[in-house]
Amino acid sequence: MLSFVVRRLLLLVPVLAGLVVLLFAWLRALPGDPARALLGQRATPASIAQVNAAYGFDQPLPVQFVTYVGKLLRGDLGSSSATGQPVLQSFLDRFPATIELALAALVFAVALGVPLGYAAARRAGGALDSLLVGGSLLGVTIPVFFLAYLLKIVFSQWLPLLPTSGRQDPRIDATHVTGFFVLDGLLTREWDASLDALVHLVLPGIALGTIPLAIIVRITRASVLEVLGEDHVRTARAKGLPRGLVSRRHVLRNALLPVVTTIGLQTGLLFSGAVLTESVFAINGIGSYLFQAISQLDYAVLQGFILFIALTYALVNLVVDLLYGVIDPRVRLS
Amino acid sequence: MTQVSDALGPAAPTTPDPDAVGSGGLWHSAWRRLRRNPAAIAGAAIVALFLLVAVFAPLIAPGQPGVPLPNSGVTPSSVPGPSPGHPLGLDSPGTDLLTQLVYGARQSLLIGVVSTALGLAGGAVLGVLAGGLGGWVDVVVMRVVDILLSIPSLLLAVSVAAVLGQRPVSVMIAIAVAQVPIFARLLRGSMLAQRGSDYVLAVHSLGVRRRTVVMSHLLPNSLGPVIVQATLTLATAIIEVAALSYLGLGDSNPSTAEWGRMLVNAQSRLSTDPHLALWPGFCIAVTALGFTLFGEALREALDPKGRK
Repeated sequence: MLSFVVRRLLLLVPVLAGLVVLLFAWLRALPGDPARALLGQRATPASIAQVNAAYGFDQPLPVQFVTYVGKLLRGDLGSSSATGQPVLQSFLDRFPATIELALAALVFAVALGVPLGYAAARRAGGALDSLLVGGSLLGVTIPVFFLAYLLKIVFSQWLPLLPTSGRQDPRIDATHVTGFFVLDGLLTREWDASLDALVHLVLPGIALGTIPLAIIVRITRASVLEVLGEDHVRTARAKGLPRGLVSRRHVLRNALLPVVTTIGLQTGLLFSGAVLTESVFAINGIGSYLFQAISQLDYAVLQGFILFIALTYALVNLVVDLLYGVIDPRVRLS
Repeated sequence: MTQVSDALGPAAPTTPDPDAVGSGGLWHSAWRRLRRNPAAIAGAAIVALFLLVAVFAPLIAPGQPGVPLPNSGVTPSSVPGPSPGHPLGLDSPGTDLLTQLVYGARQSLLIGVVSTALGLAGGAVLGVLAGGLGGWVDVVVMRVVDILLSIPSLLLAVSVAAVLGQRPVSVMIAIAVAQVPIFARLLRGSMLAQRGSDYVLAVHSLGVRRRTVVMSHLLPNSLGPVIVQATLTLATAIIEVAALSYLGLGDSNPSTAEWGRMLVNAQSRLSTDPHLALWPGFCIAVTALGFTLFGEALREALDPKGRK
């Protein structure tokens, strides 16, 4: 197990190294010289000279690359050209909001998607199945920000039941310990603050979670259908095991493996979706930070974000592989 | 199909010859299954309608795109509703909403088709190199593809668009680049699966050159999944154009009508005139749905497991 984790982490090294080379080349390919690209609107002859010296842009390319990698290894992702703040610090400040949103979306997608996919497979060809298959196609094809708009229109005007912007009611004087507002409320025993933060997550969570929901419904349906046709399920039924037991232990457990893989692969989608969702619902996470960065052509932020996401994506998928062993003991992690 | 061609695998003519392929082959039976599938018909109908609107936009649209009407009556708080000359009313820059929607179809089709063609071409080159040649070429190409796949496609498109600057072509290239790794991986996988099959071994043992094997046997027989993916990718491309517009990286020329930008323009009037956002959003979703329905049906039809 441990050796598996270590080897998987080592396998990450060439991918990340390749990504760093690619991002370095990308920074050089940007229009104008890299110092100007990094500084953006703050570019003055003095600041350009300063960045050139700091990043060594006046040095030969190989030297520049080594300097760049050295900075990355020390956790220096550069600083935003719009605000001058270090990119890494801004990410860390805003990351809790995005994780909270992504988790809300994932909970919505999994908690609804797995049972719906299962139900569709059990009644394959029926009315419910057709409805779910059709609905899931619509779910994949609706643009995230359009869905966010729709929810916002409906819930801010026609059905004002749920908050449509921000992470918490500003009137609530909540103490923030971790930056995860729901968790903060629980830690400080400010139940109303926690509940309010949770309610604020409902609409953004639905907007961000709809595509993963549609995908999970489809994968679960396909996977359950496949397992239902297998011999061991027929045997389990034939020997008279209760229906619920067969469903849980023999069908669902075997069908979950592809579903778990899919959930891992949704990480990238959740992050790029967060860029659109957070900006519509005015959530101050890394998504809306990137949204501003893109509109201001703030390259240091974009570059840091890509590196950050690629790393998160790889780590999440490592966790998914580890989960295989838990779900299916036949999978040996060696 | 004759005995000889069975031994050499499914029909794979070197020149496109629809009759030879259609005679009881994979495509012929796929076509028969497509015609029986209601989802395929619905998808094809949406796609056909979209194509007709895009191609005949000047005949359908009541006006010219991107031309604000004089005395349009657009105020900061409201836009004129439907009137005889303007069935859907005007949108926020004071242009006819229906005209913008109709010409928006044209723009979506143009960007979607060009970017998918470019992405397919790029992915095909990489995929054929990796899957056809194998060895170290395969390793290098696939590692690069892995790296590109670890970046969400929208962000990959954003990065490319940032390098290319805000020009109309840069949106197409940006979306195409984001599709390259998907096509490359798909084509390689599908060619690898073919490489070990009996008919390829047979062609090899007949002494056919490697290039001929790759180009006239491996490639044509790997095309099914690629065509399916291309249809599905058109849907993604249409959504991504809108997303890039939303992020401010779209074509900034106000005289081209584009659904994504219409949605963005509608944002400030969401509370007073939600229909300005609903129409373009509806068009994007329905068009993407059409291509997805058709692509999924095509996938089912081409899947040998589904053949009766």
